[in-house]
Amino acid sequence: MSANELPLTDGAAAEPLRTSIHGDGPGGEDHAGEGVWARAWRTLRKNPVAITGFVIVAVFVLVALLAPWLAPYGPDELPGRAEIRPTEIPGPSAEYPLGLDRYGGDVLSKLIWGARASLLVGVLSTLFGLVGGMALGLLAGWFGKWVDFGAMRLVDLMLSVPSLLLAVSIAAIAGQTSMSVIVAIAVVQVPIFARLLRGSMLAQRGQDYVLAASALGLSRRSVTMSHVLPNSVGPVIVQATLTLATAVIEAAALSYLGLGGGEPSTAEWGRMLVAAQQELAVAPRLAILPGICIAVTALGFTLVGESLREALDPRNRTRR
Amino acid sequence: MLRLIVQRLLLLIPLLLGLSVLLFAWVRALPGGPATALLGERATPEAIARINTLYGFDQPIPVQYLKYLTRLLQGDFGVSTRTGRPVLDEFMTRFPATIELTVVALVIAIGIGIPLGYIAARRAGSFIDHSSVVASLIGVTVPVFFLAFILKYIFAVELGWFPSTGRQDPTMVATHPTNFYVLDGLLTGEWDAAWDALVHLILPGIALGSIPLAIVTRMTRAAVSEVQNADYVRTARAKGIKPARLRGEHILRNSMLPVLTTIGLQVGLLLSGAVLTETVFAFAGIGSFLAEAVFNADYPVMQGFVLMIAIVYALVNLLVDVSYGLIDPRLRRQQ
Repeated sequence: MSANELPLTDGAAAEPLRTSIHGDGPGGEDHAGEGVWARAWRTLRKNPVAITGFVIVAVFVLVALLAPWLAPYGPDELPGRAEIRPTEIPGPSAEYPLGLDRYGGDVLSKLIWGARASLLVGVLSTLFGLVGGMALGLLAGWFGKWVDFGAMRLVDLMLSVPSLLLAVSIAAIAGQTSMSVIVAIAVVQVPIFARLLRGSMLAQRGQDYVLAASALGLSRRSVTMSHVLPNSVGPVIVQATLTLATAVIEAAALSYLGLGGGEPSTAEWGRMLVAAQQELAVAPRLAILPGICIAVTALGFTLVGESLREALDPRNRTRR
Repeated sequence: MLRLIVQRLLLLIPLLLGLSVLLFAWVRALPGGPATALLGERATPEAIARINTLYGFDQPIPVQYLKYLTRLLQGDFGVSTRTGRPVLDEFMTRFPATIELTVVALVIAIGIGIPLGYIAARRAGSFIDHSSVVASLIGVTVPVFFLAFILKYIFAVELGWFPSTGRQDPTMVATHPTNFYVLDGLLTGEWDAAWDALVHLILPGIALGSIPLAIVTRMTRAAVSEVQNADYVRTARAKGIKPARLRGEHILRNSMLPVLTTIGLQVGLLLSGAVLTETVFAFAGIGSFLAEAVFNADYPVMQGFVLMIAIVYALVNLLVDVSYGLIDPRLRRQQ
C-alpha cells in the first residue's frame, strides 16, 4: 500500500501550484489548498456506489484474512468423503451449510479458503504488474527519445497478442503453479500500466507548474519524481483498482484452462468451477456458488475503481 | 485512403518481426528445450537428436532464428504434437468456426448495445438508463466461462431449448465446402443444416458477446450523452432541423467514432473469450483447440496460433482505422 501513500503526500504538495495557476471553479474554493487525493477521498465518502464497493472488498478481504477461524474445515480436508456416491452429492445440511462437492470437501470451507487464494493471486499479480509497468513507463517518460521508442514498441508488441493468450503462453513456460499464474497475469498488465503512466507523464510535462519548477532551477530528477510523477499517477491507480477485478477473473480463467497446478480438489474458485462442470446436471450449486464469489469480488473492485475514477476526474470537480 | 492502408500494412512488418523474435525466444525458454517442445515429453533421445540436427537447434542462435523465420514465411508453422497434422491446416479448418461465433457475438453486442446505450443516454436518469448501467456492470464482472456454464445449464440442460455442445447435430448429414457451417447450409441449399448450425451458435454467442455488449452499451451511452449536449446540436435544433435528422446525422453519427474504436478493441477480448466459451460448449473452433493444446503441452500449436491470432487482431484494427474515414469525412480528407 506504500504505492498509494506516496502520491497522497506528494500530490498534496504539488497541487496548490496547479490550483493557483488554473484557478479552479467554485468547488475548489471551499477547500483551498486541498490535494487531489484528499478531495477525491471527500467525494468518495459520500458516494453510495463507492461505499458499496468498499464494503464488498472489505468483506472478502476479512474473509480471506480470517479463513483459518471462519472455515469449519481446512482447505485440503475432505470431511464428507464417505458420503459421496457416484450418482449423489449430498446438498446443504446442518453439518455442511452449502453441501459437499464431488471429492467430499465442504463447499463453504472451500469458498472461504478460495477467497484467500483468489485475492492473493489478484493482489499480488496487480502489484507486480503495477510495479513493472510503472518502472517501464517511468523509464520511457524520463529518458524519452530512443528509450521511449524502444519501451513503447515493446508495449505494442505485448498488446498485439490478446491478453488471455499472452497469459497462457507465459504460464506455459513458467510451469503449472499458482506462482506462474500470478507472473502471467502480472506480465499481461505491464504494458497497460506502462502506456498509461507514460501518456499521463507526457501530458503533465507540458503543464505550467512543471515549467515553473524547472525555471526555479530544480533538477530534472526532482521535477520528475516530486512533481510530474505524483501528478501523473492518478489514472494508473484507478486502472490498478479496476485491474484487480480482471486479475481475479483471469486467475479463475487460467486455472479453468488447467494452468493453476495442484490437485483438482484445490480450494480455489476457478478450480471449483472446473470440477463443477462435470456435475452441472446433478449439482448446479457447485458451479453457481464459486461463480457468484468471483463475480461479486470483481464487482466490488470495479465499483471502487469506477468511483475513484470519477472522483479524480478534474472535469467533475466544479459539478459537485 | 489507399496510402493509409499501405502505410499501416508496412507498420505491421516490424510488429510481426518483433513477435517472431518473442515467439522464437519463447520456444527456447520452454521446459525441456525446443526439441522436447516440438516432439512432446515422451520423445526418445534419438528423436530429439534427429530434430536437433533437422531444425538446426545445435547451430548458433542467429542462424537458428533466420531458419525459423524462413520456415514461417513459407507457412511452415510446425506440426501439432497431438494430432500430427500441420499447425497451419489445423488453424485453417477451425478458424471459420471461431469467425462464425465471433460474428454472432458481435452482432449481439452491436445490435443490442448501440440502441440500448443510445436510449439510455437520451433518457438519462430513467429506468432504462439505470438498468443499462447495472447490466453493463454485471456484464464486465461475470466471468465469461461462468456465464457460459449458467446459460448451458438453464437453456440446454434444464429447458432443452438449445443444444449444449458442438457446432452441428452429429447425426446431421451435411456437406462443408467452406467450413462456415451456416454459410455451407445456405450455399448447398441444406436449410435444416444451416438452421441447426445457427441454433448451435446462439448460446455460445450470447456468452461470448456479454462483455463486448456491456462495453459497447457503456461507450455508446457516454458518447451520446456528450454529443447531445454539444453546441452544434443545440444550434441545429434551434434552426428547426427535423428531429429524425438531428438524431441520425448529428447525434448518432458523431457518437460512433469512439464506439467503433471500442468495437475494434473488443476483437482481442473476443478471441481470448473464445478460448473459454468454446471449451465450455465443446465448440470446435481455434479457441477450444488452443485450450486442448495448453492441456497437452502442444507447443507448436500454441506458438503458431498465437502468431496467427496476433495477425488477425492487427488486421481487424487496421480495418477499424480505415472505417473511421467512412464515418467521418474530415478524416477522409486528411488521409
